[in-house]
Amino acid sequence: MDLNVTLSGVALQNPVIPASGCCGFGHEMRPFYDINILGGLALKGSTLEPRFGNELPRVAETAAGMLNSVGLQNPGIEAVAQAIAPALAQDFHQPILANVSGFSKEEFVKSCEIITQCDAVSIIELNISCPNVHGGGMIFGTCAETAADIVAACKAVVTKPLYVKLTPNVTSIAEVAKACEAAGADGLSLINTLLGMRIDLKKRKPIMANKVGGLSGPAIFPVALRCVWQVYAAVKIPLIGLGGISCARDVIEMMLAGATAVQVGAANLVNPMVCKEIIDELPGEMEKLGIEKLTDIIGGAHA
Amino acid sequence: MRRWGYKETHMQTLDFTVTENVQLTADIWRVRLAAPLCEHSEATCAPQVGQFVNVQIDGLFLRRPISVCDWEDGVLTLIYRVVGAGTEKLAQVQPGQVLNVLGSLGNGFTIVLAQRPLLIGGGVGVPPMYYLAKELVKAGQQPIMMMGFNTIDDVFYVEEFTALCRLTRVATVDGSFGVKGFVTGGLEEFDYDAVYACGPEPMLRAIDQTAKELAPGHMQLSFEARMACGFGACMACTCRTKMGYKRICKEGPILTREEVSWT
Ligand SMILES: Cc1cc2nc3c(=O)[nH]c(=O)nc-3n(C[C@H](O)[C@H](O)[C@H](O)COP(=O)(O)OP(=O)(O)OC[C@H]3O[C@@H](n4cnc5c(N)ncnc54)[C@H](O)[C@@H]3O)c2cc1C
Ligand SMILES: Cc1cc2nc3c(=O)[nH]c(=O)nc-3n(C[C@H](O)[C@H](O)[C@H](O)COP(=O)(O)O)c2cc1C
Ligand code: FES
Repeated sequence: MDLNVTLSGVALQNPVIPASGCCGFGHEMRPFYDINILGGLALKGSTLEPRFGNELPRVAETAAGMLNSVGLQNPGIEAVAQAIAPALAQDFHQPILANVSGFSKEEFVKSCEIITQCDAVSIIELNISCPNVHGGGMIFGTCAETAADIVAACKAVVTKPLYVKLTPNVTSIAEVAKACEAAGADGLSLINTLLGMRIDLKKRKPIMANKVGGLSGPAIFPVALRCVWQVYAAVKIPLIGLGGISCARDVIEMMLAGATAVQVGAANLVNPMVCKEIIDELPGEMEKLGIEKLTDIIGGAHA
Repeated sequence: MRRWGYKETHMQTLDFTVTENVQLTADIWRVRLAAPLCEHSEATCAPQVGQFVNVQIDGLFLRRPISVCDWEDGVLTLIYRVVGAGTEKLAQVQPGQVLNVLGSLGNGFTIVLAQRPLLIGGGVGVPPMYYLAKELVKAGQQPIMMMGFNTIDDVFYVEEFTALCRLTRVATVDGSFGVKGFVTGGLEEFDYDAVYACGPEPMLRAIDQTAKELAPGHMQLSFEARMACGFGACMACTCRTKMGYKRICKEGPILTREEVSWT
């Protein structure tokens, strides 16, 4: 059974990466399993300046999923580049994806300049799709021209593969994907969360302080799969598929739709062992489905 | 064979078997859960006082955080108030059923050297005080317990605390049981050199405001926040403190008087 995959020249021992915001800065998963079994790890989204994030409550439950409005709580990109990523890399030997967010093109570019210097980081994941920050974190990702403008500016300053994380909250995700590819993106991660909300019936008020937040978890898997399917048909660059993945079969389905690797988000929060379980289950599921080499099935459903 | 405990540095998910699930008052229930049997030679240990667990409930996505009320030979006791979908389902769980429990979580209380610790619990802030009182007694201290409820129908565990503590006082807001008023009324009547408290935030704030000066770290308050993971991965539960941002699930739920910053 061959689980190896490659993202823009970065080799992964398997396609399973815990998603940004759902595994802290990596350290948080250590009590549960040896994190070196992972295909890679995506760090919490970081911005140029440190941020507290949104007020509490920041989460709400939904059918088969959850909403979050954490609002990019992070210690600032400098701390990630200087201290957090290097410390993680001391004994974590798989590719680290640094998730970068911002409030203006200039900020994205400055953050990219800083994080690209960090040897511990293998891939830069540009989060132009966070729905939880005012000043329009997501606005960048909902307009093809704006997205392309930021991607081109960041691409000009980075020396590592640049992946762009896309939002599903658009009319045509394929269009935004194509614009990012044309602007120089080395790959795409999709999807970020879907905008949603819940109201507390007793208080008659939104549950979350931010009122709205991003939906994730198994509820969004079909949406994510559809997005990966559409984008795979529209671009040539590799895709990281995510959204609602919680078992090995979901991984295979996502790869058949066109993903080269996958990320697992909210599932970690309810079952901290989930990435290990998926990695352990993958060979058995591949065997059942007659798959010998995972790379053979990427986009396989399109034939 | 002995029962599995929690390894000190290893949080984990374990399948516990329900041994009882009984109603204590109109909306308060107690569930007892036996840890799985294991032949592991590895040293295991009990949860620390003031820690909590995150309980998986069939059909619901997020786990539900509940404080450890007691731990005895691998049997975990939780006391919970039925307030919504999750706790409603929990109240229907039958003995013999299995619950997946993630634990043990949070920093827990630090037992400080004191002669006369004062324990204050309000409503479902009372349960974690039981485990704490037991451990304090084991450590040779003589706790005073003050418990607060709204009305007589809400009162639980008075006998249990009376059996353990040097003094147990109950306050009800309407005066239908024990002293009338808030649990924080009349603090000055007691001689104490440490305070441990769990309950609604206004109660914790009142304690901070009315309690006398204590040695650093000798007032420890247990906080709540809406959580997702419970182990520090998602940043759902972060609060501001005088010592920087803290995740209630990880660097909390216990904060000392010195770190709390009321907003
Ligand atoms: C560290 C900690 C320890 C706790 N210990 C106890 C205990 O010992 N006994 C007890 O009765 N309760 C305790 N609680 C509160 C308990 O977690 C909630 O009452 C419970 O989650 C409600 O779930 P529900 O599905 O019935 O309510 P719903 O309102 O339907 O829950 C919806 C969502 O909101 C969350 N939520 C609702 N109320 C609270 C709350 N007060 N605090 C945190 N999250 C909440 C739920 O976890 C769930 O994700 C504790 C909370 C925390 C954070
Ligand atoms: C609590 C939480 C925090 C998140 N934080 C980030 C973030 O900082 N940056 C980012 O790009 N995505 C973030 N996400 C989105 C996830 O990485 C992922 O795209 C989304 O949750 C869909 O995947 P899932 O259904 O597997 O969770 C966050 C998601 C959750 C649940
Ligand atoms: S609940 Fe996830 S960090 Fe505290």
